[in-house]
Amino acid sequence: MKAVVVGTSYGGMEAIRNLLMNLPGDFDLPIIIVLHIGSNTINSYISQLHHKTNRKVKEAREKEPIRRNTVYFAPPNYHLQIESDFTFSLSTDPKINYSRPSIDVLFETAAWAFKDKLIGVLLTGSNNDGAAGLQTIKKFGGITIVENPETAFAKTMPSSAIELFEPDFVLDIKNMAEKMAELGK
Amino acid sequence: MLSDKPNDTNVSQEVMDTKDIEVDLLLQAVFMKYGHDFRNYSKAHLKRRINQRLQLNGYNTISELQNKVLWDKTFFRTFLQDLSINVTEMFRDPEFYLTFREKVVSDLKTYARLKIWQAGCSTGEEVYSLAILLKEEDLLSRTQIYATDFNKNVLETAKQGIYPKKEMELYAKNYIEAGGKGKLSDYYTSKYGSVLFDKSLSKNIVFADHNLVTDGVFAEVNLIFCRNVLIYFDKFLQNKVLKLFNESLTKRGILCLGTKESLRFTDFEQSFSMLDKKMRIYKKLQIPKK
Ligand SMILES: C[S@@+](CC[C@H](N)C(=O)[O-])C[C@H]1O[C@@H](n2cnc3c(N)ncnc32)[C@H](O)[C@@H]1O
Repeated sequence: MKAVVVGTSYGGMEAIRNLLMNLPGDFDLPIIIVLHIGSNTINSYISQLHHKTNRKVKEAREKEPIRRNTVYFAPPNYHLQIESDFTFSLSTDPKINYSRPSIDVLFETAAWAFKDKLIGVLLTGSNNDGAAGLQTIKKFGGITIVENPETAFAKTMPSSAIELFEPDFVLDIKNMAEKMAELGK
Repeated sequence: MLSDKPNDTNVSQEVMDTKDIEVDLLLQAVFMKYGHDFRNYSKAHLKRRINQRLQLNGYNTISELQNKVLWDKTFFRTFLQDLSINVTEMFRDPEFYLTFREKVVSDLKTYARLKIWQAGCSTGEEVYSLAILLKEEDLLSRTQIYATDFNKNVLETAKQGIYPKKEMELYAKNYIEAGGKGKLSDYYTSKYGSVLFDKSLSKNIVFADHNLVTDGVFAEVNLIFCRNVLIYFDKFLQNKVLKLFNESLTKRGILCLGTKESLRFTDFEQSFSMLDKKMRIYKKLQIPKK
C-alpha cells in the first residue's frame, strides 16, 4: 500500500482524532484527508492534532510531493487532487455537492494515481459526498473501508456508500485502526 | 469502455493506460488544430473535466470526444469553456487586500506612473476590486491596468462590468474586511437585479486577450497580479509563466499570487524576496539570491 485517503464531514474532527490516536506509532503511510469545515481555517485543529497524536500534520500545498509519516489536510475552499507523479494539486472549481473541498475529487484522483495501492476511508458525515469516489477507489483495485453507520456520529455519509456498492470493510473506529495497521504492513 | 461508469466492473491496467494515451492525443489535437495548449495543465484536473463532458454527452471514449472536437468548431468552444475555470469573486481573500494596503501601497505611491498587469482576470471581479482599492488610495488616476485572460467570453463580461445584484451581499462583506474606506455600493448603480460598476473605475483598464502559455511579454509593469491561475499548471508550465512574469516586471517590481500558490518548488524562489509570506506577495530582487 502507498497511501490512505480519508473523507468526513459532520462529526469528523472527533472521528479523525480517534482514528489517528488508535493507529500504532509505526504506521507510516501518508494519510490524506478531506474534512468539510466550511470556509474556516483549519490551522488550530491541525496543531491540536499534531500535539495529540505526535504525528506530522499539515495542510497540503500545491506541487508538494506526498511523503510517508505525514498527515495532510485539504486547504479549506480548494479541491485537493493527486497527480500521477504523487504530488498535490489544487483547484477552485465550483463546489460539488455543496462542498469544496470535495471528498469525491480527492478519492477519484487518488484512485487514478495510486490504483490498487490505496486505502479509502469514509467516516461520519451528514451528506453523500465521497460515496461515488470510494466506489472509484474500489474499481481501481484499492481497499475501501466505511465507518459503521450504527456507531458513527452521523450516518448519512457512510450509509450512502453502503447503498451504492459493497465496501470491503464496514467497521467502527477502533477496529478500523487495527485493520489499517494490518493493511499498512 | 469508460469503465468509471457506475456498475461497471473493475478497471484493468490496460484500460487505464489506454485512457491516458487518449487524454494526451486529445490535448495534442486541440493544440494542433486550435493553438490552445493544455498539454502542461494539471492532468488530474483535466481528466475530471473531460470525464464530465463525456458523461454529459454520453460518449463512451475520449477518442469519440476528440473526433467531435476536431470536426465541430462550435463544440470546441463548449469544450474550451469546460477546461477553463472562471470561478472568482470581488475581494476574494479579504486579508490579502488588507495586507496589500499595508505593505504595498506606500511603495506604489513613490511612482509617478504605474503599470499593473492582472493576468487571468476572468470575469473582472478582481480587477474592479483592485481599481476600487487604488482609487481609495489616490493611485488610480496615475495607473494603467492591463487585465488579460485567454477566454474571450469572460473578457466580454469583464469589460461590461455588470454583475448579478445577489452577489453584492458577499462582496460588500469582503470589501469591509478588505479595509474598504467607504461602501461598496458607492461604486455601482443597480438596475433590474444587476449592478453596473462605475465607468470611472475602468477608464484606465485595458482588457485584452493574452495566453500565458503561448504569448510573450507585452509591456514592462511595476506590479503583476496572477491569482489562482498557476494552480492549474504543472511545474514545467509554472516555471515558464514565472519566467514571463520575471521578464515583464521592472526592477523591484511586485508579484502577487493566490494565497495557496507560491514560488516554492519553482525555479524562481531565489529571484524574489518575500514582502508577505502568508499572503504570497513577492518583490523582484535586483540580483537573484544564490
Ligand atoms: C480561477 S480563475 C482566477 C480568477 C481571478 N484571478 C481570481 O483569483 O479570482 C482562472 C483564470 O485563468 C484563466 N486562464 C487559464 N489558463 C490561462 C492561460 N493560459 N492564459 C491566460 N489565462 C488563463 C482562466 O480563463 C480563468 O479566467
